[in-house]
Amino acid sequence: MKHPLGRYAVFATIAVVVVIGWLVMADRHTPPEGADLSRSKASVGGAYEVSIEPEAEPVRQGPLHTWLASVRLSDGTPAANVRIDVDGGMPAHGHGLPTAPKASHEGDGVYRIEGVRFNMGGLWELRLSIDGPAGEDEVVFNIEL
Amino acid sequence: MSSTSNSSCVGVRVAKTAIALLAGLALGACNPSELSREEITKAASLTLAALPPVPPDPTNRVADEPRAAAFGATLFFDPALSINGEVSCGTCHKIERQFQDDLPRGHAIGITDRRTMPLAGVAYNSWQFWDGRRDSLWAQAITPLEDIREHGGNRLFYVRLIAGRYRDRYERLFGPLPDLTGLPAHAGPLGTLAEKAAWDAIPAKRQTAINTAFANIGKAIAAFERTLLPAETRFDRHVAALLAGAEPSGDAVFSDLEREGLKMFIGSAGCLDCHNGPLLTDGQFHNTGVPADPANPRDRGRAAAVRQVISDPFNCLGDYSDGSEADCAELQFMVPTGEELERAFKTPSLRGVADRAPFMHAGQILTLEGVVDHYNRAPSAPAGLSELQPLKLTDRGRAALIAFLRTLGP
Repeated sequence: MKHPLGRYAVFATIAVVVVIGWLVMADRHTPPEGADLSRSKASVGGAYEVSIEPEAEPVRQGPLHTWLASVRLSDGTPAANVRIDVDGGMPAHGHGLPTAPKASHEGDGVYRIEGVRFNMGGLWELRLSIDGPAGEDEVVFNIEL
Repeated sequence: MSSTSNSSCVGVRVAKTAIALLAGLALGACNPSELSREEITKAASLTLAALPPVPPDPTNRVADEPRAAAFGATLFFDPALSINGEVSCGTCHKIERQFQDDLPRGHAIGITDRRTMPLAGVAYNSWQFWDGRRDSLWAQAITPLEDIREHGGNRLFYVRLIAGRYRDRYERLFGPLPDLTGLPAHAGPLGTLAEKAAWDAIPAKRQTAINTAFANIGKAIAAFERTLLPAETRFDRHVAALLAGAEPSGDAVFSDLEREGLKMFIGSAGCLDCHNGPLLTDGQFHNTGVPADPANPRDRGRAAAVRQVISDPFNCLGDYSDGSEADCAELQFMVPTGEELERAFKTPSLRGVADRAPFMHAGQILTLEGVVDHYNRAPSAPAGLSELQPLKLTDRGRAALIAFLRTLGP
């Protein structure tokens, strides 16, 4: 005579397989792993230390908004007279930003980046090309929406 | 013996409970028409309940004045506002047809280059026309008046018309009309050679006064158009019920196919990339590889519109705007050049879409089925680069997306 649990064990195994499958599928919708979402980092060539933050949280999809970028030289002094060109886009979609944001110096190495818009959900890049006393360098931030 | 039997009983009960729980989870996950909490949240972001109030238009000081809206409604439907007395805004923007005309390209005095756009929610747009060549509703409204294929008139003609027909209503809103004594019947910078010559002969100060009155016609029409809002759809009612944790009832009930379509729309089909927010548009410009219109094959869309909006004397930064420079962020931060503007056209709202064939900016695609097939195939663009990737839909998926799009109506 078969053990009474045997039949249930078969059903349980099937259910477990289904649930694992479901969890794997659900995982596909989580943001890509490995994207560096830090808002503070050194520029690619190490010439500047840059931190960014949105003027208002949360960053919403659709409206124009402003970011503040703090730029310092590697010795920590504020970089007051740099030129910042702002670019970016969605690497996964192969398109750029829907606007042409502009940076202006607020004082003490802090720059206002106005006119940013993220019109889709997903992973965006904000690329700052910096030209100043420590030379030309670039820093790329990832922003997940 | 009894203890063995007891533990076996407990074991069976535990196993039964575990199986019931797991089966519940599995069913919930596998039922194709069940929406997850995350999906309901995404769907809710597309509903009318999520639509904010109409944004203010600081460039139009009468934007929210009821008297201006009423005057604007009169002007909108008055065919006297055309050179032949037969064309009003309502000729192409038909009130009983979602303010559009069911034609591939608008028919007025002549035939325009593009599809007439519906007007529900038009005041939420930062950019007007398919290519965004105007940056406000009032600057848009006066543009067809001077287009020879549309209303066919000229600036001085319209200001004369207002002076003769609507002086009181105009002056109560905007103050005195300019003195037109000694000026010709017709003059305008965009008209015939004779009209242009007549315009050039008018002293600059008087030109400015005429331009101001002409802009005010647009501001009244815009005040009316700001009152045209989207209506509730079956989709809105369905999602409202889900959000409230209730079972949708009546026409808010979705079939399995419609729910599958909704899940695809907000998920795998990637429609939300552009058709997002309560109006189901991001209001921006995209090249989606739409085939060229044989009547206007070199239409560059946004790429050609940028220069037009910058040089438009009625733009946000111009002398006829009631706002300040700070109100012109869209214009100041607009992308001025680049490959991405080539054949890019504004994402249309999908509210009421199923009742609005033909589709795309020049009615190139005749049916909703054809539209979904276009996104499924994702052909190369005639110029520039299409942003689309083939959807690889199954027959069921294709039918589901179409079924869902049909729920975006009353």
